[in-house]
Amino acid sequence: MLRQLLASVRALLLATVVLGLAYPLLVTGVAQVAVPGRADGSLVSTADGTVVGSSLIGQGFVDSSGDPLPEYFQSRPSAGDWDGLASGGSNLGPSSPELAEAVASRRSAVAAFNGVPESDVPDDAVTTSASGLDPGISPAYAAIQVSRVATARGLSAADVQPLVEQATHGRDLGFIGAPYVDVLELNLALDAALG
Amino acid sequence: MASWLQVAVLVVALAVVHKPLGDWVARVYTSEKHWRVEKLAYRVVGVDADSEQRWPTYLRSVLAFSLVGVLLLYALQRLQAVLPLDNGMAAVEPSSAWNTAVSFVTNTNWQGYAGESTMGHLVQMAGLAVQNFVSAAVGLAVLAALVRGFARAGTDRLGNAWVDVTRSVTRLLLPLAVVGAVVLVLGGVVQNLSAGTDVTTLAGGSQWIPGGPVASQEVIKELGTNGGGFFNANSAHPFEGPSAWVSLFQVFLILLIPFSLPRTFGRMVGDRKQGFAILGVMGLLAAISVALLSGFQAGALPEGQEVRFGGPLSSLFATATTLTSTGAINTQHDSLTPLGGMVTLFNMMLGEVAPGGVGTGLYGMLVLAVVAVFVAGLMVGRTPEYLGKKLGRREMTLASLYILTTPAIVLVGTAVAIALPEGRAGMLNSGPHGLSEVLYAFTSAGNNNGSAFAGLSANTPFYNVALGLAMAFGRFLPIVLVLALAGRLAAQGRVPVTSGTLPTHRPLFAGLLTAVVLVVVGLTYFPVLALGPLAEGLS
Repeated sequence: MLRQLLASVRALLLATVVLGLAYPLLVTGVAQVAVPGRADGSLVSTADGTVVGSSLIGQGFVDSSGDPLPEYFQSRPSAGDWDGLASGGSNLGPSSPELAEAVASRRSAVAAFNGVPESDVPDDAVTTSASGLDPGISPAYAAIQVSRVATARGLSAADVQPLVEQATHGRDLGFIGAPYVDVLELNLALDAALG
Repeated sequence: MASWLQVAVLVVALAVVHKPLGDWVARVYTSEKHWRVEKLAYRVVGVDADSEQRWPTYLRSVLAFSLVGVLLLYALQRLQAVLPLDNGMAAVEPSSAWNTAVSFVTNTNWQGYAGESTMGHLVQMAGLAVQNFVSAAVGLAVLAALVRGFARAGTDRLGNAWVDVTRSVTRLLLPLAVVGAVVLVLGGVVQNLSAGTDVTTLAGGSQWIPGGPVASQEVIKELGTNGGGFFNANSAHPFEGPSAWVSLFQVFLILLIPFSLPRTFGRMVGDRKQGFAILGVMGLLAAISVALLSGFQAGALPEGQEVRFGGPLSSLFATATTLTSTGAINTQHDSLTPLGGMVTLFNMMLGEVAPGGVGTGLYGMLVLAVVAVFVAGLMVGRTPEYLGKKLGRREMTLASLYILTTPAIVLVGTAVAIALPEGRAGMLNSGPHGLSEVLYAFTSAGNNNGSAFAGLSANTPFYNVALGLAMAFGRFLPIVLVLALAGRLAAQGRVPVTSGTLPTHRPLFAGLLTAVVLVVVGLTYFPVLALGPLAEGLS
């Protein structure tokens, strides 16, 4: 058994060097040369070059007290408050009274904020995502926010609508996943185009 | 429509690759030639690659390798603060470090910790990802030994564990991982050595954008059916699963090797139809599972779900990850509907054999095939034989112990946790759903899956120790039994096929095997499922 243990120690040290250092460094090298932007997290910036986040990571468009800013499209609720160091979901099961309460109160808040009936509020607007960092909302949730954003910015809905379409991602290859609107992309475009 | 097209494309892709890959893997474990890099490795390790081992020696090699793996991974976590690339993370607390070390060495990848706030890049790369490779390689090696037990006759030699583990890495896992990692990077999965960047968001708040060698770890986490995420949210995190096609590609990676191995088995025992029959059973069980989970989830609230993936892809991922021993997630299983969550539980309770983890799934299925042949033999009153091997009292004792081991770990563990205040304290949800959380944890640990009903607060000394034990027993007791069985089978001669031999490549046997899998599991777990997810789903 001692021989086996010594062989194991040597084997694991070798594996650590090859699989734990050489392999990830090789992949890092290839990634950094081939697609540095994506390898570094698909960061996005404003027109003046300030980095404001990642197009893949959702963020909250709320003021310092946590209230939604009407001039921005709103993301889904986040169980981790969009904290990049605390990804995760609520883990509440569908029979949880806590979840039912949260969904009901969010539904009335979203309806009131956007001036639409509660029946028009899609489910993704009132539920938290798996990661707490969902960059997307359903096209239906974007649609009920258009006129509110337009009003807050003194524009017409027709000015905002094309930007929503630009930020809408269809299903990958036409059939994988679900269509979504990238909220940060959309809000950046709003700021850039319409001030 | 689009949702079924996703499944169809996945099935076609797997159907196309399983033959060449399965044939290749058979060559990996039968070739006489060592590659030059492998010879170098054997010299460094100090083993004679040309000498074959008896089953007890093979077992000792596997156990020694795993034991040292646990110690090294424990040490790395405890010492990370004084090692480079720690990203300012403190030493991992002892009970959590033990749990995580066992978790990754047993191919479970249960995660009591949150990756982004616990593990520095060095531990992720040089500790966790290394075990992602070698724990998968150990599973493959044990399978190779069992298949040789069927293929050989009149010998006490099962191969060489060091050679099997090494070749699993050099000829299979590493080449596939490099290609897969590049695909993931192209899809937007991050790969850098930065600790992260603090940015000021559009609304003026601040947000930490994490960094790290994610793609290189993500790919082997799926390919090796490990499942441990770089981030707490696992493959639901946008930096692990940036888009829907990447997530579907990950499902493909999870199923790639497990669905190719029946072909390898058929090749190695010299009868490809035998492999095809096993593949058929795996495929049937998987198809039922996908259909059920998708059905139960249709129209459910998207709580714990990412918009870009949508419902159907989330259900597909949840099925694949629990049918194998992966445990990666792209949706939060705790928030699945009660009956949907029960399907994921049931998938794991099947013993993860449809198709199961790399190596572990097929060896589990072959043990169940032994049981099925035995049951058929009882029905007609003949001595049962499988692949020319007599299944006598000793063989059946080993197979029976195998199918009892994991349920015993799961049910005893759950009962102990529910009986103790420390165990009950961890539940987030109350009532039947709370029981499901605990049951899920022990099912996941005992079957080396690693996914969770994550509402359970499992990073406590009680759960870290209890689940660590469940993972260790759930991994190594079956390995002992499988290798002992392999030794018995290899030592036997070969019984000639007669008109009374049950053909094990026909639909009749495939049907019988499916029934055995379902009945064994159904009867074992029905009472506890009735108290948990069934009670919740029907109320």
